[in-house]
Amino acid sequence: MSDEEMMEGGVQKKFCYVNRTAPYGTVYALEALEVVLIGAAFEQDVSVVFMDDGVFQLAKGQDTAGIGMKNFSPTYRALEMYDVEKLYVSKESLEERGLSEDDLLVDVEVKTAAEIRDLMEEQDVLLTF
Amino acid sequence: MLHTVNKSPFQKNTFESCIKHAAKGSAVLLIEDGVYAALKGTSVSAEVQQAMGDITFYALEPDVNARGLKGKVMDGVNLVDYAGFVDLTVKFDRVQSWL
Repeated sequence: MSDEEMMEGGVQKKFCYVNRTAPYGTVYALEALEVVLIGAAFEQDVSVVFMDDGVFQLAKGQDTAGIGMKNFSPTYRALEMYDVEKLYVSKESLEERGLSEDDLLVDVEVKTAAEIRDLMEEQDVLLTF
Repeated sequence: MLHTVNKSPFQKNTFESCIKHAAKGSAVLLIEDGVYAALKGTSVSAEVQQAMGDITFYALEPDVNARGLKGKVMDGVNLVDYAGFVDLTVKFDRVQSWL
């Protein structure tokens, strides 16, 4: 453990949350978001990746009144307040789904599969939902 | 026959199987994550368009809206609410759910 880590009172690791499922059809998207928020309290180096159907989690204009479920999408905008600022979205996944960055409700960094691969290789811990 | 598909066409092959086995004159109702098959400009859009001649497509509007897809559903896919879902199950003699 470095001096800096000792002073902070703990080890900082690189955590990556990989979101690959669409929202509402299953509970994975909502529960993953809960884990990211809880994890943020531990002051780790957090990255959140949205790929495959996970990109649908960030779609603008979600209105869940008709299905009787809570619309949790505004919470993605609150991630910044928890110092979770590294949000990455797969370029290929967006293209396959006819979406662009403008269709998303938060500012993200669009990355290619190769870039996401490299990002994953840098991590200490990966959690997939 | 009325076919229902409730899974994303990008994640499961149920939509693919459904289209392959739906007879002329039948209807396909997209519900839950199945509504993503109705989205314009995707990698499965062409397949839906091609099948439209023989099959009538419906998508459940509450699921479309929940996922932020309002205004992004391709032309030719009919939007129905839950009451419309009920009507479809009555109109067709049988229901096949592709889970």
